[in-house]
Amino acid sequence: MPEQTKPTIENAALEVRNLDFYYGDYKGLSNVNLDIASNKVTAFIGPSGCGKSTLLRTFNRMYDLYPRQRAEGEILFHGKNLLDRKQDVNLVRAKIGMVFQKPTPFPMTIYENIAFGVRLYERMSRSAMDDRVEWALKKAALWGEVKDKLHQSGLSLSGGQQQRLCIARAVAVKPEIVLLDEPTSALDPISTAKIEELINELKSDYTIAIVTHNMQQAARISDYTAFMYLGELVEFNETSTIFMKPDKKQTEDYITGRFG
Amino acid sequence: MTLYTRRIWINRLGITLSMLAMSLGLIALLWILWTLFSKGFAALSIDLFTQDTPAPGSEGGGLRNAIVGSGLILLFSMLIATPVGILAGIYLAEYGRVSKFAAFTRFMTDIMLSAPSIVIGLFVYALFVATTGGFSGWAGSLALALIAIPVVVRTTENMLKLVPTSLREAAFAVGAPRWQVSLKVTLRAVKSGVVTGVLLAMARITGETAPLLFTALNNQFFSTNMSEPMGNLPVVIFQFALSPYENWVNLAWGGALLIAFLVLAVNIGVRIAFRNKDKR
Repeated sequence: MPEQTKPTIENAALEVRNLDFYYGDYKGLSNVNLDIASNKVTAFIGPSGCGKSTLLRTFNRMYDLYPRQRAEGEILFHGKNLLDRKQDVNLVRAKIGMVFQKPTPFPMTIYENIAFGVRLYERMSRSAMDDRVEWALKKAALWGEVKDKLHQSGLSLSGGQQQRLCIARAVAVKPEIVLLDEPTSALDPISTAKIEELINELKSDYTIAIVTHNMQQAARISDYTAFMYLGELVEFNETSTIFMKPDKKQTEDYITGRFG
Repeated sequence: MTLYTRRIWINRLGITLSMLAMSLGLIALLWILWTLFSKGFAALSIDLFTQDTPAPGSEGGGLRNAIVGSGLILLFSMLIATPVGILAGIYLAEYGRVSKFAAFTRFMTDIMLSAPSIVIGLFVYALFVATTGGFSGWAGSLALALIAIPVVVRTTENMLKLVPTSLREAAFAVGAPRWQVSLKVTLRAVKSGVVTGVLLAMARITGETAPLLFTALNNQFFSTNMSEPMGNLPVVIFQFALSPYENWVNLAWGGALLIAFLVLAVNIGVRIAFRNKDKR
């Protein structure tokens, strides 16, 4: 691959080095190198099947659930390689939270949805837990809508509310990084706007990596953008550069809608 | 005849045939229920629940010892079968999706599902009754549990397989270990289906007779001691229905009606209890 211009990232939360990914014999990612900046929003764009979700799922080792999937290379988190076999994956996932495309509330009350993750790693009193739940729901801009029905099922909420509940759940365990895998693609425009607003607020406390199909969304909310194609990182730079004067012809073609 | 009218006629023929098949099954069911009602209803009285099985040739009596015995045997067999079956189902669906051991377990479960219940009865007889020195309620519970376990395993596994991958991944994504994901998230998501499976397994073993003949045997006296032979409805029905005494035969009909009521109640109850939840 030709030498790329890289953004200067001084404070990286994750450093991806020479990452290859395999689905069985099929190579899903090849030689990906990039840094995810702390307390910034990094967006991943590219046509379907380009590997952007695959890349996101290596950050919390979600692929570990599937025996035929494996990653090679390094992802450094606080100087340690996340992909190391000895790394405790549950601890990784507690530090690097994830929100999925479809809202996935657990089959329990709104309160329990949030307390579930917190209880896994922290022992606290009932009142401290109440505070934590309130704090997380406020972070996810959902508190006002659910404060009177915390003990109703999480499934009773609307799609947009469910997705914010999932964000609250991810935030509640106080992770350092939050991964968002097309979090708004199943939502209506108003819910989408709320989530985008939320992402903007969350970045002061968390590092955010988001996969999106929607280029306008990437342009609106991200600080850095990575354009991927056929399992390779084509271009990675500050969002303004990617959208205003990209280096590569391919990137330009994609963001102007000429292909993809 | 045009292609269109031909299709209409074939459609009518198809509907008629399936209606016929349906009514055949329905008639058989209604016939059985009607016979049960007409013959068993006469035997229904307070005595049925308050008196024990009578001596041969005597008048009166009831089924108290058999009802209580059946209840105890069922209770303990479900206490064994429910946790074992659910945990095995979780293993198959959550842990051993692709392992050889899971494939083997699944295969054995299928064999157990279709094993004749008399074989299970003989198995427990040879292994438990013959070695512990006698027929007992425990042996009966064990035999019935062996019949119920594969039913619970299979329903639990099938229900868990319906849980969308996204929910499972979401639970892992907060850092939950696999056992917590299984017990607190995925199992909870299919709770009503699993409970249904357990209750249907119970309904299935309620009327099993053959395994009890070799294990709990029977006891004409009231007993709550699980270590002794124990009266139970299916075996009492079997013995009384074949006897020459009119009183016994009537009691057998009463017992049969009770079992039918119980199984029907469980089935209908399950449907009503989970109807609204599943719609959500």
